[in-house]
Amino acid sequence: MRTAFIQALTELAAEDPRITLVVGDLGFGVVTDFAKRFPKQYLNAGVAEQNMTGLAAGLAMAGKIVFTYSIANFPTLRCLEQVRNDVCYHNANVVVVAVGGGLSYGSLGMSHHATEDIAILRSLPRMTVVAPGDPFEAKAATRAAAAGIGPVYLRLGRAGEPLVHNKPVPWRLGKALTVRRGEDVTLISTGAMLQTAVHTADALAAEGIGVEVLSMHTIKPLDTDAIIDAARRTRRIVTLEEHSILGGLGGAVAEVLCESEVRNVRFQRIGLPSEFGKHIGKQEYLRRIHGLDVDSVIRCVRRMWEGGLRIHKDEHDGATFDRAMPIAKSA
Amino acid sequence: MPSSTMPPSIQTNAACRELARRIRIHAVRMTHLAGSSHVGSSLSLAELLAVLYRSILRITPETIDDPDRDRLILSKGHACAGLYAALAECGFFPVEWLDDFYHDGARLPGHATAEGIPGIEVSSGSLGHGLGIACGLALAGKRDGRPFRVFTVLSDGECDEGSIWEAVLFAPHHRLDNLVAIVDYNKIQSLDRVEDVLGLEPLADKWRAFGWATREVDGHDVGQIEETLRGLPFEPGKPSCLIAHTVKGKGVSFMENTVLWHYRSPQGEEYQRALEELEATV
Repeated sequence: MRTAFIQALTELAAEDPRITLVVGDLGFGVVTDFAKRFPKQYLNAGVAEQNMTGLAAGLAMAGKIVFTYSIANFPTLRCLEQVRNDVCYHNANVVVVAVGGGLSYGSLGMSHHATEDIAILRSLPRMTVVAPGDPFEAKAATRAAAAGIGPVYLRLGRAGEPLVHNKPVPWRLGKALTVRRGEDVTLISTGAMLQTAVHTADALAAEGIGVEVLSMHTIKPLDTDAIIDAARRTRRIVTLEEHSILGGLGGAVAEVLCESEVRNVRFQRIGLPSEFGKHIGKQEYLRRIHGLDVDSVIRCVRRMWEGGLRIHKDEHDGATFDRAMPIAKSA
Repeated sequence: MPSSTMPPSIQTNAACRELARRIRIHAVRMTHLAGSSHVGSSLSLAELLAVLYRSILRITPETIDDPDRDRLILSKGHACAGLYAALAECGFFPVEWLDDFYHDGARLPGHATAEGIPGIEVSSGSLGHGLGIACGLALAGKRDGRPFRVFTVLSDGECDEGSIWEAVLFAPHHRLDNLVAIVDYNKIQSLDRVEDVLGLEPLADKWRAFGWATREVDGHDVGQIEETLRGLPFEPGKPSCLIAHTVKGKGVSFMENTVLWHYRSPQGEEYQRALEELEATV
């Protein structure tokens, strides 16, 4: 995704001299060519995220369209007040880019896991929140953010995510993409969980269960029409995100469903427990531990289709999967 | 003698002193009517704002959207009563707006806010933000070959913030000689004297060591302030820092140099005495 991002940004910078990339001394091997090619549109602010974000707001106030770039929590939580006051309050054209969304940097440990960012940033007024589902979406999201639409949070994975969309799709900011059609269960994913959602749908299709997959790349503004339409048709909604179950995609979809007039909808969030991880390992390993792997998601969606309104701890065969099931935990 | 026959500098100095006096009267009255804090912080920077708006900043009410205007960011946003007063006196918005400062439904909130208030460049209030934004503006000006300058007024207590020192490190590296940081060094922060909370000394040496061309002035001497700021940039290729030695609560005898008047609002007899002292100032 970061490769798709920097490719898109390079094209944009060539077209529009206002495009400026400000990095917090991160992006080894990613930003070097951009820096060489566009020295007046590039800046390394040093390991100083508060100043990086404040000066990005200042650059934007002078007419630039600024992308700040760093890893995981550094361009967001470290300088959250600069994001809120300097960028959002001034409606500045600043795109805060975090690479390493979710558990992308798994083995690097807790400091490098971005697992509360969506919840926190979507609560900021004027902030658009985007977590593209694959490199194709990352490129489209970068272009949309570069149009000068005010503050944007762009949550990327890292490098090497697979292309989920194998043909061009009509990506539009704020509009969910229907990636698989199905009438039994709707699986709404955000960010790089999209591939897991698609694999789940394909596996369950073989069992005769029709899973609709929505790539909810834009979490704010949320495509409420798509959610309500899916709820009406399938009556079963599962959200999937590499993020805390608190306040992210699942929370946002729950807000829409609870206030909608659609009744008798089964709803399940799949995400990370609100805990600091005790496990060390790569993204795939940590996803498995937390029930975010394809097999676990298949089991969850199948169980919802089979009729259980809630998944109880004793019903579940995964040792830690239930910890990611908020309904079971809080019931 | 009639003002038209005086040398220009004397005229300007007199005008600045009068504007500073007007700023103080407004600030005392505003914080009185509002029952609000921070009068001491507004009184200490009255001359700085007066000189900036009267004779240094290239901005007028007609040029607030001009891309080449000078920018002033009041990073110490709690001293907004002083800034609002300066802007109103200079015609950026009606003086009547000052009357309901801080009240329900008013235009002017208790920290400097840009939305809907002509002449305010940047909203502030949380300390440690102004200099970073100023760096971005100044860098954009440099890269685009624009002639504008960026001024930001900091408090001394604000220099406790780490984000200030991130920006202090940044500006000289990028040779931002279109950037001016002014420290209203009134020696008192929220709860106590600066030297007792978190000492800043040697403050000027710190800025110099980071690469800023630094000058120190008596922040209540309009002639000295103006003469110094006329020499901007203090050194080519370096950002400029003006450390203005000031007195918190300046102009009202019983407010001067006291911690109390960071938060206390002038009421009753204290309000009357404060106004009388300021009205009597020539």
